Amino acid sequence: MIDGWLLNLLLIIVKSVVLTVVLLVYLAYAIYIDRKVWAAVQLRRGPNVVGPWGLLQSFADMLKFVLKEPVIPDTANKGVFLLAPFVTAMLAVAAWAVIPVNDGWAVADLNVGILYIFAISSLGVYGIIMGGWASNSKYPFLSALRSAAQMVSYEVSIGFVIITVLLCAGSLNLTEIVRAQDSQYGILGWYWLRLLPMFIIFFISALAETNRPPFDLVEAESELVAGFMIEYSATPYMLFMLGEYVAILTMCALLTILFFGGWLPPVNIAPFTLIPGVIWFVLKVTFFFFFFAMVKAFVPRYRYDQLMRLGWKVFLPISLVMVIVVAGILQFAGSAGAN
Amino acid sequence: MPSLLEQYLPLVIFIALAAIIAGALLVLPFLVAFKAPDPEKLSAYECGFNPFGDARMKFDVRFYLVALLFIVFDLEVAFLFPWAVAFKEAGSFGFWSMMFFLGVLTVGFVYEWRKGALEWD
Repeated sequence: MIDGWLLNLLLIIVKSVVLTVVLLVYLAYAIYIDRKVWAAVQLRRGPNVVGPWGLLQSFADMLKFVLKEPVIPDTANKGVFLLAPFVTAMLAVAAWAVIPVNDGWAVADLNVGILYIFAISSLGVYGIIMGGWASNSKYPFLSALRSAAQMVSYEVSIGFVIITVLLCAGSLNLTEIVRAQDSQYGILGWYWLRLLPMFIIFFISALAETNRPPFDLVEAESELVAGFMIEYSATPYMLFMLGEYVAILTMCALLTILFFGGWLPPVNIAPFTLIPGVIWFVLKVTFFFFFFAMVKAFVPRYRYDQLMRLGWKVFLPISLVMVIVVAGILQFAGSAGAN
Repeated sequence: MPSLLEQYLPLVIFIALAAIIAGALLVLPFLVAFKAPDPEKLSAYECGFNPFGDARMKFDVRFYLVALLFIVFDLEVAFLFPWAVAFKEAGSFGFWSMMFFLGVLTVGFVYEWRKGALEWD
């Protein structure tokens, strides 16, 4: 009895450690991809010195962050100042507990998985607000206000988009949402086609929610220097960046799960179905991350009033109407309209 | 309830692990890195000047307004979650009552739009 319980506990710990390590190593290469894509668009080489083709660049950067002098400003509120990057990084990683990378491969397969992710990503604002306020410096303060307003604005439309997916899938469990997309049509049966406008809104809102360019007004270099991170150095700074990039990966994973069939193969025939689901999952996440990197390279930055206009006056009404439309189709056309 | 505990125990362990990693990385440079603090380095950044006044200043009321609007709409989304999951069981009564609820909120949304609460210029 006790042994069985202990074994179970050990299994959970091993699963958690494996997922976290894989996530962080993947993160290192996601940052590498981001820099390489950005460099390629601008006809530069990007990182190419540390390791073959610069493959070890992210690890060298991490080592350097650890060895740098950590500076805490005199006027800062020291406890909150250090708590902010900790909260940002911890919450970003914690969101991955419920994400199923393959059928049944989630550390915690909660029946309210999507609600948990929604809650955790809402809490992400706290890290930025705390960092901006505790720095007791003007640029971080302004940046934190902007960032908080931006993130909460786009969270509303993300919420509505998730509602439409839930209407089609009928479950809050992420594994069930992916299973609901399994049909003989393969890639055409996934929700991205059925809910195409919502898919686009979710992608753009995800960019804004994670403060990625073209919505990176938080750290718009020309006006706010480095945003709420100005006063940070060494690993506190690195934890902010880590939190930001893990949040981006979470958004890519959500896009994959909600709209792109998670671990499902695009075509339900032999060579594709033989490849394990986890590989499909990673490929899809990388595919979306590539788009995040391309958008960063291509699109000029928005102005703040344009950003708020897009969030409140365009995305919110569209997604609100789409919730009604999707519910109406499901109500009156039965499942015929949706399937 | 053992099943509830079984479901949420992995979550607690995973969050604890995330906290350990973040905590370890946060503490590490304070233990190993070279430190040479001086007053110039420790002052708040303000384009090379000594900071003018306090950073705890007044800010635009519109940020507050956005936060208020967010609460309204986020609560709305929170109400929609259980409805969306139980959509098939709720039937046409559930459908029409939620449409009424959304209609009331849309009236509020139109009002705040016309009042100019969403303007930034």
